[in-house]
Amino acid sequence: MAVFKKLALGAGLAALLSTAAYAEGLQGKVIGFSQIGSESGWRAAETSVTKAQAAERGVDLKFADAQQKQENQIKAIRGFIAQGVDAILVAPVVSTGWDEVLTEAKEAEIPVVLLDRGVDASQDLYLTSVASDQVKEGRVAGEWLVGAVGDKPCNIVELQGTVGSSPAINRKQGFEEAIAGKANLTLTRSQTGDFTRSKGKEVMEGFIKAEDGGKNICAVYAHNDDMAVGAIQAIKDAGLKPGTDILVVSIDAVPDIFAAMAAGEANATVELTPNMAGPAFDALDAYFNAGTQPEKFIITESKLYTPADDPQGEYDRRKGLGY
Amino acid sequence: MTSPAPPRPGLPLRPVGQPPGPRPQPIWMRLARPQFIALAVVLLINWALFPGFFTITWQDGRLFGSLIDVLNRGAPVAILAIGMTAVIATKGVDLSVGAVMAIAGATAAVMVTSGLPAGLAVLAALGVGLACGLWNGLLVTALGIQPIIATLVLMVAGRGLAQLITEGSIVTFADPVLVFIGTGAVLGLPTPVAIALTLMALATLAVRRSALGLLIEAVGVNRSAARFAGIRAGVLLVLVYAFAGLCAAMAGLIVAGDIRGADANNAGLWLELDAILAVVIGGTSLMGGRFSIPMSVLGAIIIQAMNTGILISGFSPEFNLVVKSGVILIILVVQSPQAARLLRRPDRKTATASEGKA
Repeated sequence: MAVFKKLALGAGLAALLSTAAYAEGLQGKVIGFSQIGSESGWRAAETSVTKAQAAERGVDLKFADAQQKQENQIKAIRGFIAQGVDAILVAPVVSTGWDEVLTEAKEAEIPVVLLDRGVDASQDLYLTSVASDQVKEGRVAGEWLVGAVGDKPCNIVELQGTVGSSPAINRKQGFEEAIAGKANLTLTRSQTGDFTRSKGKEVMEGFIKAEDGGKNICAVYAHNDDMAVGAIQAIKDAGLKPGTDILVVSIDAVPDIFAAMAAGEANATVELTPNMAGPAFDALDAYFNAGTQPEKFIITESKLYTPADDPQGEYDRRKGLGY
Repeated sequence: MTSPAPPRPGLPLRPVGQPPGPRPQPIWMRLARPQFIALAVVLLINWALFPGFFTITWQDGRLFGSLIDVLNRGAPVAILAIGMTAVIATKGVDLSVGAVMAIAGATAAVMVTSGLPAGLAVLAALGVGLACGLWNGLLVTALGIQPIIATLVLMVAGRGLAQLITEGSIVTFADPVLVFIGTGAVLGLPTPVAIALTLMALATLAVRRSALGLLIEAVGVNRSAARFAGIRAGVLLVLVYAFAGLCAAMAGLIVAGDIRGADANNAGLWLELDAILAVVIGGTSLMGGRFSIPMSVLGAIIIQAMNTGILISGFSPEFNLVVKSGVILIILVVQSPQAARLLRRPDRKTATASEGKA
């Protein structure tokens, strides 16, 4: 009898070891991903990068597109819980109203990782959140400009994002922090371009007219690359050279800004990485296989790209990502 | 209607092919319409905020200056307003024009980037706009759906269609023909301005030198009565919505060419409301009936003059919408029948004379 018990234990251990060997990393794990939708190119890139990351790690990714609606996200998360997935990734469309469904996930012992945006809920309801630091993005852009201008006087115009949106507020704040105390740098004009190309172009046209045909503008800081692309066209239409006569610095690192950079028309961009899923999967990997509790807030890198960073190569690498 | 000009005789019909009835007022009285005054005031405020506002220079073979910017940026809404005027005159409304702009831009951009000739892409984009308009027209006439609901369908679904065409990304292109439509110059004027002016002239001629305008007004005043009077109201309505779709496609080509890319998420977003506002500022009633295409274009220019003024004023962007709505409120109050009566009071003789006629 004792022999049988030992044998059974041995067989069980062997089975456990072999599955452990098989389940290295996240191989074979089922992970649900509730995405907001595809409202912007960046969002589309985030989706395709997440799928690629999952495929690379052998994760069986269950993808649900919420089409900008929280009730769809809650439904998708309940569906994932019912299917008994191993983990859930959520890019929350709004910050409130998550307590109930996150509690359900917690009771089902399914770890939840928030991507890209935070929620107003108790921190023990989710494993961790992966997001960028928008203030830092603005600061990196500002620090680049401070270094590029040196001691020369420089009048900066700013194309803000949608009034009241958190990226617009935070990217403005970070930039202003970086140029504060530099007497030669002044922010002369600031208007909203609603994060779009056509509004960016229209606002820049107005700025150029109002600032003596653009002669009084030394640099334009745009809260996203799309507005910068519009501004570049406005600068060209006014008979000036973007990148030389007027420096162009922006945030996001979408493919088209690299095309402009390769043509010498843009000077710097700060990356908002669409790879939020990579750090999320790493955290889940460590949590499942080593039992490590990740930090509550994982901040992605805000990398600066300039024409020295092979813009043509970056363009080619990114344009297939669905931006 | 709020304009001090005496109403033209409506239904008993005037003979087809003759100019409208005699206008007793001299030119300066007609220029004293609230719309012209509003435009002058907005332009003067812009000038006060920015002394170089009226400066126009010649640069790279085209006119260059803030005033040209106003016309250029106002052109898409002006073109939408031309189509919208005809729809509103039939007591309808077209909420889908912004989405149709996005569809048309997306169609043209995807076609040129896949190597098809630009001429074909432009024709296809206009064709798609026409088809969208026909769809709206059929919903309104054949199914008898209220215009605001019928066009709401395409307003919502259309942007989704555009996103399907572009696969969610901004499709950029460098095609010279499309870029010319958005940013080129004709006789020194930006192409969008030239397109808008030409369209305005053609549309005005079409409705005022033929019976078309009268038929549209008749349908707008009373569709059943118009039908009993022998007007094929259904066909006319479908045509009017198709025309609005065509105008929207033209505006869509312009905004896509302007940024050298089709942005399905943002192209034409909320512009249907600006177009409706332009028509209302121009004095066409949402209740249908009498309309004026040139006045709607003027309305679009007033709106854009205001937008450009805010941009160059240096106000913080949080004020944009408040300033805009304040100015619009003033314009609409000045235009209202009550205000018109107050303004006319000192000139009692003219007022009673024109009222007696009506």
